[in-house]
Amino acid sequence: MSLLEVRDLRVTYGSGAAAVPAVRGVDLTLEAGTKLGVAGESGCGKSTLALALLRLLPASARLEGEVLLDGEDVLAMSWGRLRAVRWAGASIVFQGAMHSLNAVHRIGDQIAEPLLVHGRATPAAARARVGELLEHVGLPAARAAAYPHELSGGQRQRVMIAMALACDPRLIVADEPTTALDVMIQAQILRLIEGLVAEQSISLLMISHDLAVLADTCDRLAVMYAGRVVEEGPAREVYEAAAHPYGRALSSAFPRIGDPASRRAPRGLPGDPPDPAALPGGCTFHPRCPVALDACGELDQELREAGAGRRAACVHVGSAS
Amino acid sequence: MTSSTTSATPAPEPLEPPPAVPGSVRKPLSAASLARQRRKASAVRFWKQYRTHRAGLYGLAGLVLIALLALAAPLLVGADVQSVTAAPGTALESPSTEFPLGTDQFGRSLLGLLIWGARISLLVGLLAAALSVAIGTLVGIVAGHYGGWFSTVVMRITDWFLVMPALVLAIVLATVMSRSMWTVVLAIGVTSWPTTARLVRAQTIAVESRPYIERATALGGGHRHVMTRHVLPNVMPLVLAQTTLGISTAILTEATLAFLGLGDPTVVSWGGMLQDAREAGAVSSGHWWYLAPPGIAIALVALAFTLCGRAVESVLNPKLGVGR
Repeated sequence: MSLLEVRDLRVTYGSGAAAVPAVRGVDLTLEAGTKLGVAGESGCGKSTLALALLRLLPASARLEGEVLLDGEDVLAMSWGRLRAVRWAGASIVFQGAMHSLNAVHRIGDQIAEPLLVHGRATPAAARARVGELLEHVGLPAARAAAYPHELSGGQRQRVMIAMALACDPRLIVADEPTTALDVMIQAQILRLIEGLVAEQSISLLMISHDLAVLADTCDRLAVMYAGRVVEEGPAREVYEAAAHPYGRALSSAFPRIGDPASRRAPRGLPGDPPDPAALPGGCTFHPRCPVALDACGELDQELREAGAGRRAACVHVGSAS
Repeated sequence: MTSSTTSATPAPEPLEPPPAVPGSVRKPLSAASLARQRRKASAVRFWKQYRTHRAGLYGLAGLVLIALLALAAPLLVGADVQSVTAAPGTALESPSTEFPLGTDQFGRSLLGLLIWGARISLLVGLLAAALSVAIGTLVGIVAGHYGGWFSTVVMRITDWFLVMPALVLAIVLATVMSRSMWTVVLAIGVTSWPTTARLVRAQTIAVESRPYIERATALGGGHRHVMTRHVLPNVMPLVLAQTTLGISTAILTEATLAFLGLGDPTVVSWGGMLQDAREAGAVSSGHWWYLAPPGIAIALVALAFTLCGRAVESVLNPKLGVGR
């Protein structure tokens, strides 16, 4: 059985005429011990998806579908069970560690917070564990007494990772964990996450707009557009030879080292992502698609097989080749 | 708030003693001694900033003086200063070397009564302000945290208390309950909390929009956890400043209630002295030494607390831009 199985997840903000669909039927599977990357532009529903996994969305959001974490449906859980699963079953590394740490508490106390909330340890044992966790993420244990403002951005993100590991979760959801960091620190943090995940065989769901980062870190990759997964497959293959035109556009937006052609002509994608409140008919990508057919304006495309272990939602996939 | 306080410091104090290599100094220190060191450092930082507010320093000096007098009152004048039967002088004497402020209608030393009265005024002021701020903080955090219709209902009740003339409500409460100091504390406490509640609610809403609240929920924390661990420490500076400011109001209200004869008749307080003076006809007979000192004392204490409160407020929350 897979560790995480998302089945036809739909998230809608608001209701009635003002309803805005943010996630429109996402299916994802994550095997235990593997790493899945979710990529996409701003506003395509990546973060909403991440928060929906633990039901952290505001009350105005309506959730449908199933999120099976270890075979248990998170969306149907009782409040008490949900609180127990949060962090102990799956934890989150938030984007922007700067703001995810409370400025008035020492970082040691904040890392100990999940341990104490879940009754995993006595205060004394929690202190010892905090020291261990800090050393684990490459900070001296004595830094437990520091306040968040005394740490650099990279150190703060390390603290967030230590906090995510505190309860030995089976799954870590990393929501743009490196967005606010410079490239050197980004690489350090990515290596750290990779190492920890491999060492403790934790599953990782990483969300980013940076396809290159995801391809480098993850085993599988899912590309989202307008609240749907439009392409899914092994990370390298999706990054290097995307089947969906949107996936191709994303990966060619980054110049590649050692490939002069891509460096000389970095290609962007014209147009803006569609307004979720007024999605275009048919395939939602067709107004921006360079290879759109007339039929794309009317026919919605479902995910279909596109080679071994790959799926894509494009009219050109399967039929053309 | 704490972060804004620290970031506003022009040159942040070094948090550990001079030796520059942090790892080498930190290692031998135990967690407890490190914590003590930091607490001391932040107290020093607070004091350095407080010191720049001259009015706050005057207020603090006044408070220390009055508090010392009140604490030392049993030694200076003794509890028998209140005794009507063992009064040392004759009725309504003018100031003299023996009685620097004269005597009241029972022959008691007015200076002695004035010093003794400081005890009640300060005690009632502190207790009533603490009660009022405690109620206000509780209501404010709960209303701000839960939101929705619950918040609306709670805040409408708060508004109702806000528009009620507090003094009238306090008079009613002090009348229907038994006469004691605690009645006065309660009467002041339950009528003056709405301002704090509104302030704290606004701050709670601001704090709850921060990402670390989302993080606290994500790691399985419940409502109680979020309110006590994350919101409360962040509204504390506001609450502290509000308490200091609230004390002067509470002292004034206590004096008013005592003047109206609603205080505890068995203890001497400044408001009670004013009432006695009025009853003894000090106003018409021109006995200023009976009337003026309690009135001036009330004004001075209220002023001192206000000055301190303003200074504390502007140190803890530089964004307020309170003048120095």
